[in-house]
Amino acid sequence: MKGLYDMYDATPGSRRGRRTEHKHANSGEKRDEENVPKLDENSNVFKAFKQYQSELDGRHDKYERLVKLSRDVTIDSKRTIFLLHRSTGSESKAHIMEEAEDKLRQIQLTKFKPIAAELQNEDVHQFLRAISPGLQEYIEAVSFFHYLRDGTLVSLEQVQKDLVFDLNANLTNPESTRSGSPSAENTSTENTVKLAEVYVSPMDYVLGIADLTGELMRMAINSVGTGDLELPFTLCSFMRVIHDAFLSFGNVARELPRKLAVLKQSLQKVESACYTVQVRGSEIPQHMLVDVISFTKNIHNDFDDATELCPEN
Amino acid sequence: MTENKSPQDIFSSFQDYITKEQDMREEIRVLVRTLEQSAREVLTVLQSVHQPEGIKHVSDVCAKSRAMFPVIRQQLADLAAKIPKDEYYRYHDHWRFVSQRLVFIIAYIHYLEQETLVTREEVASVLQVKVIRGEGFHIDLDDFLMGLLQLASELSRLAVNSVTAGDYGRPMRIAKFVGELDSGFRLLNLKNDSLRKRFDALKYDLKKVEEVVYDVTIRGLRPVEDKDQAKGEGQT
Repeated sequence: MKGLYDMYDATPGSRRGRRTEHKHANSGEKRDEENVPKLDENSNVFKAFKQYQSELDGRHDKYERLVKLSRDVTIDSKRTIFLLHRSTGSESKAHIMEEAEDKLRQIQLTKFKPIAAELQNEDVHQFLRAISPGLQEYIEAVSFFHYLRDGTLVSLEQVQKDLVFDLNANLTNPESTRSGSPSAENTSTENTVKLAEVYVSPMDYVLGIADLTGELMRMAINSVGTGDLELPFTLCSFMRVIHDAFLSFGNVARELPRKLAVLKQSLQKVESACYTVQVRGSEIPQHMLVDVISFTKNIHNDFDDATELCPEN
Repeated sequence: MTENKSPQDIFSSFQDYITKEQDMREEIRVLVRTLEQSAREVLTVLQSVHQPEGIKHVSDVCAKSRAMFPVIRQQLADLAAKIPKDEYYRYHDHWRFVSQRLVFIIAYIHYLEQETLVTREEVASVLQVKVIRGEGFHIDLDDFLMGLLQLASELSRLAVNSVTAGDYGRPMRIAKFVGELDSGFRLLNLKNDSLRKRFDALKYDLKKVEEVVYDVTIRGLRPVEDKDQAKGEGQT
C-alpha cells in the first residue's frame, strides 16, 4: 500500500513532489485502515479505466517512438549538411552530391518510412510536435542539397513527394518505395499497394527553409576562403528573396520571429562579406580577404553563437 | 523534379495557407465562444444543488439542465462541421477547455441522477459526437479524464454543503465514489503533463471528503440505514 503513494505523489526529480510525499503518508495510512475502496476487478470503473490506460499507454508509446525516429532524422540530416559543405570548391563535387543524395534517400527509407507507418490512420497533427524537429532539419538538408544541385528553392510539393511510401514494398528494394517511379512489375507482384505519407506541414517547411539560410551564410563565408568570389553574391541575392518573403509573413508561429531574427543576422553577414569583396577585393590578396571577412563576421558573433546553439533544442 | 516553382510562388502559396488558417481559427473561436456561453449557463443551473433546498430537488435540477442540452448539441454540431476530417488535433486547443467543461457537466448530472461514473460512450451520446477518433468529431481522452477530475472537486464541495443542508448520508456515498475514481486514476500511467498535475490535486479532494465523513461519523450523525444502502449502491 505504501508504494501506491510513491507513485501518486513523487514526480521523479520534482522537489515539491518529494516534500509532500511525507506529509501525506500519514493520511494515507489512516485511509488504508478505513475505507479505501478496493477496486473490484469486475467493477465498471475498473474496466473503464483499464481501457483508458491501454489507450493512453498506446498513444504515449507511439509518441516516444516518433520522437526517437525524429531525433535520428535530425542527426542524419545534420551529417548530410556537413557533407554538403565539403562540396563547395572541391573538384569532387559530383561525387559528394551523389553521396548526399544517397544519404537523403537512406533517411527517407530507414527513418521516414517507419514514421509514415506509425502515423497511418492517425491524425498527424496529434503527433506533429514529436516529428517537427526532425522534419525541419531534414527539410534544411534537402533544400540545401537541392539548391546546390539546381540553384533553386525546393518546393513543398517536391519535399512531400519523397515522403510517400508504399508500406507493403520491400525495404531492400529502394526503387519500389520511390513514389516517383513505381515500376510496373512491382505493383503487379504486390498487388496491395498501401501508400502512407509523412505529412509535411507548411509551417515545418517554412521553418526548415529559414534554417537553410544559416547554411547558405556559412557557405558564402567559406567560399571566399576557397577563392570563389562570385558565389557570395549569388547566395546573397537568394537569401534576400527568402528574407523578403519572411518579412511579409507576420507573427504566425511562435518560432517564426526568432528564426527571422537569425535569418536577418545571416543575411547581414553575407551582405557585409559581399561589400568587403566588392570594395577591397582588388586590393587585398585573397588569403587575407578571408581574415577581413571573418573579422566583420565577429561583430555579430555574440548574438549569433547564442542562437546557433538553439536549433537543436 | 521537373516542375520548379520560383521562390516567390512558394512563399505566396504559404502566405495563402496562413491566411486561410487564421480565418479558420477565427471562425472556430466564434463557435467555441457560443458553446462556452451555453456551458456556463448549464453550470449556473447546476449550482443550485449546493443550496439547501436544491439538494432536496436534485432530480428537478438535473432535468432542467438536461433540457438545455439540445442547444449545446447543435452548437457542437456546428463546430464539428467546421473541422475537416483528420484536422481535429490541428485546432484542438480551441475547444479543449470547453470539452472538458462539458464532460464535467455531463458527468455531474449523471452522478446526481444515478451516483455512478459516466462512461465515455454516455458522454458521447449526450453530446451526439463520436467516441473514437477515426469516426469523426469526438471528445479527446485527456479532456474526458480532465472532466472527471473536475467532477471530483465539485463533489468534495457538494459533500460539505450537503452536510450543511442536513443530508448526512450523501458524503458517505461521495467518499466512496471519489475513492473509486482515485483508484481508477491510479491505474493510469500518466506522463508529466497537465493531466498529471490535475490528477495530483485529486488527493486533496479525497482528503476533504474523508474529513467530512469523519466529522459526521464521530458525531454519530451518520444515518444507520445508509451504511448498507451505500454499499449496495456503490457496487452497481
